[in-house]
Amino acid sequence: MDAIGVVTDPLSYGFMQRGLLAAVLVGIVCAVMGTFVVLKGLAFIGDAVSHAAFPGLVIAFILGLPLYIGGAVASVGTALAIGFVSRRGRLRFDTTVGVLFAGMFALGIVLFSTIKNYVADLLGYLLGNVLGISTGDLLQVALLGAVVLAVVVVLRKELLYATFDPLGAAASGLPVGFLEYMLLALLGVTIVVSIQAVGIVMVVAMLVTPAATAQLLVSRFERLMIVAAVLATIAAVSGLYVSFYLNLASGASIVLVETLLFLLALTLGPRTGLLAARARPEGGGGGRASAG
Amino acid sequence: MTGATPVVAAAWPAVHLEGVTAAYGTRVALADVTLDIPRGSLLAVIGPNGAGKSTLLKLLAGLLEPSTGTVDVLGGPPGTHAHDVAYVPQAETVDWDFPVTVGEVVMMGRYPRLGIGRRPGREDRAAVVSALETVGMAAEVDRQIGALSGGQRRRVFLARALAADPELYLLDEPVTGVDATTQEELMDVLEAETRAGKTVVASTHDLICAAQRFHQAAFVNGRIVATGPAEMVLDRDLLSDTYGGHVLILPGDDGGRLVLDDAHHHDQAPGRESHHHEAGV
Repeated sequence: MDAIGVVTDPLSYGFMQRGLLAAVLVGIVCAVMGTFVVLKGLAFIGDAVSHAAFPGLVIAFILGLPLYIGGAVASVGTALAIGFVSRRGRLRFDTTVGVLFAGMFALGIVLFSTIKNYVADLLGYLLGNVLGISTGDLLQVALLGAVVLAVVVVLRKELLYATFDPLGAAASGLPVGFLEYMLLALLGVTIVVSIQAVGIVMVVAMLVTPAATAQLLVSRFERLMIVAAVLATIAAVSGLYVSFYLNLASGASIVLVETLLFLLALTLGPRTGLLAARARPEGGGGGRASAG
Repeated sequence: MTGATPVVAAAWPAVHLEGVTAAYGTRVALADVTLDIPRGSLLAVIGPNGAGKSTLLKLLAGLLEPSTGTVDVLGGPPGTHAHDVAYVPQAETVDWDFPVTVGEVVMMGRYPRLGIGRRPGREDRAAVVSALETVGMAAEVDRQIGALSGGQRRRVFLARALAADPELYLLDEPVTGVDATTQEELMDVLEAETRAGKTVVASTHDLICAAQRFHQAAFVNGRIVATGPAEMVLDRDLLSDTYGGHVLILPGDDGGRLVLDDAHHHDQAPGRESHHHEAGV
């Protein structure tokens, strides 16, 4: 098999075409929303919302409804509830989130254990199986992803101001409360869309890792989003090819490539990279080497 | 020098509070505040830590609902004229690692008037350049906000307020932790704004600055202890009423020197802090 064949042969399979498209779409949407997640410190909330989707999926499965609907109701609902608690609550915020999300996930597991028949679909949601995505699911991913991206693009000025300085933005008349709830709702939608690709357990990596990697490389808000989206695309494509040839789990392969890119940026990046930090004392080190 | 109360033709007050009480949960931060701030005022809000200075500014900014009483800002409840209000929070509440440049921060001042979906135009860019020139930061326009010194950051946030072209400035400790030159220059800018008919309300820990550079002062300690011309900041009885046992007046020829034992708590440069939860997610 020649080099071109290595790239093109997998594309002769329909599942690989659909999987690649879905993984790239999910990667881009997650990377863009992940920029807000990283800047606002919402990683724990992202993890909570993805786990909270599980009981929704199980209930939809039991009732014979489309799984997406159940997951969306549960995760968007949880995201908005978390927003409400953060504004009104008296308890420590992360404590409340921890209690809510563990409880929701436990509810999902208990309901799951009552199901006696075929549950492979649901297991797919736990660990993700992007190569098993149907054309209909792919369309849903594309549609919902486009909605999320469109909202972020249209409101990027307002979201930037409200994220950077919520007090200043609110005082000058921006609807900061509405923007925060909307961001959480978009996060819920993004997570539901992503669950089929990488699974409940690893969605948080898709959200956080590309944006965190981009943060090591650039220091402007819009560039951060673009670089995160590019990194996510690279990870989605190369992760899927690795999973295809080595017969590995698809979602985990994508996440591992993202993690590898993060570690590369951490060690080689211009801002925090170990090599950048070493660049200055290197002259002294060279001197010592010649003396020795 | 300055310190004289300017003659301002104030047809109606910029701010009017009547019987206002504000609380965080069950903790009352300000009780029974009745206060008029005429247009064109350059008002220092002074008082010890936890006295309610920030609470007063948040009430005026519409960031906090009073539990009782009425707040009127620029002729309506807070928020009704939000585009004419520029609020600058305390330096500690801002995430300085945020990936924005000086120019982008100042441009944010233009966003509310621009409206959703509209990109900044030539007029907005000109306003940003002009505001940065006014505070002496035009050369730093492309630097990341976190790369600036504490004084430069305060300059940039004042520039953002200027770019918004507001009627009312609400500034939470705008000159805390800045050097003397920066303090003088920022106060010059604010004074020029009040001469143009704008109203400035700023909290400060610096009593000397309050007495010398502001025109009016409001003493706050859970309530309004007194209001009046800024010279009275140096009144011993008022100070001990406001600061309780925390004010020490050293005797001297000019009537004594002031020492406050809690005046410098906010001076250290903040590191990256997680304020996300306080501000909502």
